[in-house]
Amino acid sequence: MSTLLEVKNLATQFNTEGGVVKAVDGISYHLDEQEIIGLVGESGCGKSVSQLSVMQLISSPGRIVGGEIIFEGQNLLQFEANGPEMRSIRGAKIAMIFQEPMTSLNPVLTIGRQLTETLELHLGMNQEAARKRGIELLRLVGIPSAGDRLEDYPHHFSGGMRQRVMIAMGLSCNPKILIADEPTTALDVTTQAQLLEMMKDMVERFHASLVIVTHNLGVVARYAQRIYIMYAGRIVEAGTTKDIFAKPLHPYTIGLLKCIPRLDEEEGRKLVPIDGLPPNLINMPSTCAFVPRCAYKSERCLQEPWPPLRHMGNQHYVGCFSND
Amino acid sequence: MPEKQSTVTGASEAPPIVSEWRRFQRVFFQRKLVMFGLVVLILLVFTAIFAPWLAPHNPYRGKMADSLSQPGNKYLLGTDIQGRDTLSRLIYGSRTALMVGFLSVGLAGIFGMALGIVAGYFGGFINTIIMRVMDALMGFPMLLLALLLASVLGSGIQNVIIALSFATLPGYTRFIHGLTLSVRENDYILAEEAMGASRARTMLRHILPNVFPPMIVLITLMLGNLILAEAGLSFLGIGIKPPGAAWGSMVADGYQYLLMNPVLSFAPGLTIMVVVFAFNMVGDGLRDALDPRLRGLL
Repeated sequence: MSTLLEVKNLATQFNTEGGVVKAVDGISYHLDEQEIIGLVGESGCGKSVSQLSVMQLISSPGRIVGGEIIFEGQNLLQFEANGPEMRSIRGAKIAMIFQEPMTSLNPVLTIGRQLTETLELHLGMNQEAARKRGIELLRLVGIPSAGDRLEDYPHHFSGGMRQRVMIAMGLSCNPKILIADEPTTALDVTTQAQLLEMMKDMVERFHASLVIVTHNLGVVARYAQRIYIMYAGRIVEAGTTKDIFAKPLHPYTIGLLKCIPRLDEEEGRKLVPIDGLPPNLINMPSTCAFVPRCAYKSERCLQEPWPPLRHMGNQHYVGCFSND
Repeated sequence: MPEKQSTVTGASEAPPIVSEWRRFQRVFFQRKLVMFGLVVLILLVFTAIFAPWLAPHNPYRGKMADSLSQPGNKYLLGTDIQGRDTLSRLIYGSRTALMVGFLSVGLAGIFGMALGIVAGYFGGFINTIIMRVMDALMGFPMLLLALLLASVLGSGIQNVIIALSFATLPGYTRFIHGLTLSVRENDYILAEEAMGASRARTMLRHILPNVFPPMIVLITLMLGNLILAEAGLSFLGIGIKPPGAAWGSMVADGYQYLLMNPVLSFAPGLTIMVVVFAFNMVGDGLRDALDPRLRGLL
């Protein structure tokens, strides 16, 4: 399948009073048509910022300082962040849904108004047609008696329902890519499963690609074809979901997998948390940022700069000296 | 239906679900002072509209023969030095008060809202320029600034309106700026931008409706203040040109004849007091009825 989105060496920085924060420090990844990928990492590792960079929604003091974002043969970074080209891509070709369903909908506008706005904006539909399509979309994402609910306000909906509405809004213009930034984090586990399942069905139905950003490997395990593991603004390991779970190579990935329970393991295994805290992203050393927490570190890790990703066979890449 | 449900669940103690409008009605209309204010304001608007039919005499031209006559059958509240009927001038004064009040609130409100939203939403350089200018304006007391502007522009009702709008502009701008800053941080604004909406659309369709309800309360409270300010300007002689009827200038004119006919000053003074009080009461009532933090307490 052909590549839909290719991100090369994307770097985003925040200039703060304490120094420069390299939130995204030269990441490269790609997304094929109708593919689902997972972007996994702990809080503050730059997952969300990388995705907001793709949409060019980084606000001051943040700045995209380098790299390329190739989408449909064009580098999106050549467009001005608030220019008409970027606006016609946002929502229409690349849509994004956010973590907090309770605050992602405007409390003073009805669901119908918010849902039809994108349709009128990008597809030039009239109100009548947009409403019809809106009802259809709400039905697709599993909202009962969708026709009656267009006039409701967001506070009439539960968290899970709102996230469904967000998904309906995200998919309303038939985007090529849907970016879901921690879509299920604020929801309870059963709702999470339903939503993920529904999201997978929806992107298949709309022939879209999906980027799931999460800190939970379990969320992506079932749905993503490939997984990128991020740490301190960089991608440290990439591979097919099968490879990542079966033979993780980076010490961080190994650590992540050790702290989630698995059904297929021997009884009595203890969950092992990763020691230490994620690094402060201000004034980072040029060496591997995971060294202080790493169980496999060597002299070399402290002397040489952060190792680049190396190909380990079958789409599996890792950036660590321990696999030499 | 509700009774049936409560017997099924056994939760007869559960509070009934009150709609927002019901709650608003309950808090707003059940307070005596608020109702009093509302009645006064309705009467005021009614008086202003039907002034020509209500006024018993010509408010602008009096009979010199009846100069300074005492309250009586012919002139209910007496006449001033030029023999003009005080009651008629009071009635016509309501037009001046309301016109100045509404127009300057409208003018300052619209510009203040636009500037505040733009400054708060864009931030950075634009924010610095707008807000520093507003800070500089705020350095002057409101009435002093209005006085300065009105004396530069000259008297006349449109100049009073311009002066008062300008003097109150920084208040609205800062208020809306603060609200915009908090609204802007919400995810739905980011989500809106992620949908490809332009910045103008985001400001108009998403920020404006969110900052509007508190603005209504501010506007109601400001109306009272502006009527008071207009009276102050007129009292100082920088307001409405004679023979135009304004309560403030009536107080000032009657002041000289306080011992002969105190009603000349007291009647407009009392009117100003009651009207400003009424506006403040209604404003307070609106604030309490619309404030979500007081939900359940009132």
